[in-house]
Amino acid sequence: MCGIVGIYLKTKKFEKSLGKMLSGMLNNMESRGPDSAGFAIYKDEEKKIFKYSLCIGDLDFNKFKKEISKKINKSKLNQYSDHVILKTPIEPKTVIKIINNSFPEISLVGYGNSIEIFKQVGNPKDVVKKFKLDSFSGTHGIGHTRMATESAITTDGSHPYSTGKDECLVHNGSLSNHNNLRRKLIKKGNIFNSENDTEVAAGYVSNSLSNKKSLKDTLVSGLKDLDGFYTFITGTKKGFAVVRDEIACKPAVIAETKNYVAIASEFQAMAHLPDVNSAKIFEPEPGIVYSWGN
Amino acid sequence: MKLDLKKLKLREVNEKLQSLDRKQNDRNFTIVNPEGNHALCAGLTDEININIKGHVGYYCAGMNQKAQITIDGNVGTGVAENMMSGKVHVKGNASQSAGATAHGGLLIIDGDASSRCGISMKGIDIIVKGSVGHMSGFMSQSGNMVVCGDAGEALGDSLYETNIYIRGKVKSLGADCVEKKMDKNHIKKLNSLLKNASIKNLKAESFKRYGSARKLYNFKIDNVSSY
Repeated sequence: MCGIVGIYLKTKKFEKSLGKMLSGMLNNMESRGPDSAGFAIYKDEEKKIFKYSLCIGDLDFNKFKKEISKKINKSKLNQYSDHVILKTPIEPKTVIKIINNSFPEISLVGYGNSIEIFKQVGNPKDVVKKFKLDSFSGTHGIGHTRMATESAITTDGSHPYSTGKDECLVHNGSLSNHNNLRRKLIKKGNIFNSENDTEVAAGYVSNSLSNKKSLKDTLVSGLKDLDGFYTFITGTKKGFAVVRDEIACKPAVIAETKNYVAIASEFQAMAHLPDVNSAKIFEPEPGIVYSWGN
Repeated sequence: MKLDLKKLKLREVNEKLQSLDRKQNDRNFTIVNPEGNHALCAGLTDEININIKGHVGYYCAGMNQKAQITIDGNVGTGVAENMMSGKVHVKGNASQSAGATAHGGLLIIDGDASSRCGISMKGIDIIVKGSVGHMSGFMSQSGNMVVCGDAGEALGDSLYETNIYIRGKVKSLGADCVEKKMDKNHIKKLNSLLKNASIKNLKAESFKRYGSARKLYNFKIDNVSSY
């Protein structure tokens, strides 16, 4: 089943309460996905700083801080439960290599100039509380609550999936040709960390964007290349896009006001949002790509 | 009587409406703050009037009998699914499978209905003032579906004896669905349906009727090699 949610702010009015708006949406989608939850928040930072979202698991934070500071100069660390946001001006290529070689038990959840990603197994209400989502500000955010139907309930099996700089993807549905597509993408140089079908869709998007295709064109060609049931929300640094497969069994509803655009699997996830009763509310049509900010 | 879903639980509201105290003779109810709740007003059996102020979730007014329910907002999947009698009026848009499998009653949607509107309907009258999405009227068996706007792909696929009236464009017809002649009786029936939905500015003659070519009804021995 799964629940997916997203908010894109068109004005600055709600930037400080973005986290609170998104956490309310995730809490309301518990019924669609009680197994795990996750979210990505986009917030502009200084231009030359990269943010790395890391899941350190059982590793002691202070010990990790000490060790990583020796290897990566000018690094700043913030801890949120078992996740750490590492900020540094050092390029991804170098940092990812250091993390993979020196800390094999740590998983890199995502990285970029503005994205921060958190995901964990458990009830969405607990996950949201653990990572203090209420306290986050930002320009746009995407979230997911998972009812696992395909691959195990683990942190690696949780959404959002990030397979490129400042990119992420959440998915309600299931893909049927993901094994074949994964093999093709691995040949093209993509790296996958799980057996999950959604990670393949995220990889497909990253691969296409790195070939200089626009997000919209990528998702349009995805309608042919990705076989299965889906509603996707894909986030980029500038905004997000939504697409449903042509059969459109997986629900989605969009509410647009002058201040924000919100999307969720069900209206009840957005019922608490400000001015939602006067919003323009519609269902994204099957096979049509909708995007904001991109 | 006003029922506030911010103060009462969904189950309390439904139980109250499903088991009315007949001595009270209270027939008019307003539900406020529905906030997208699912299965609101499902399984009602009494002749009562309900006005829901706001957007509701899935299966609103499902299995309805006799009750007249108006929704001042949008509805989620399966509004009035399996309705037996009564009337459901949606003032906004409806999501997929509106009026699915319903045996009777009247469903009016002022806005658009998305995919699979009237799927497997069995006698309900559905009137959509806007347009309907793909696979509408799929395997529908009897009753009438009236659409003042357009219809999406594969309209009336594998349908039986439902009459589908479309005023706008049809993107494509489904298997065994064909355009049919409108005779006097159809015009009369359609005019009365339009009247029931308070549609005054449209004439029955401006609609086209679609129905079954009746070629999928029985197994054809000529096709035996295909199986």
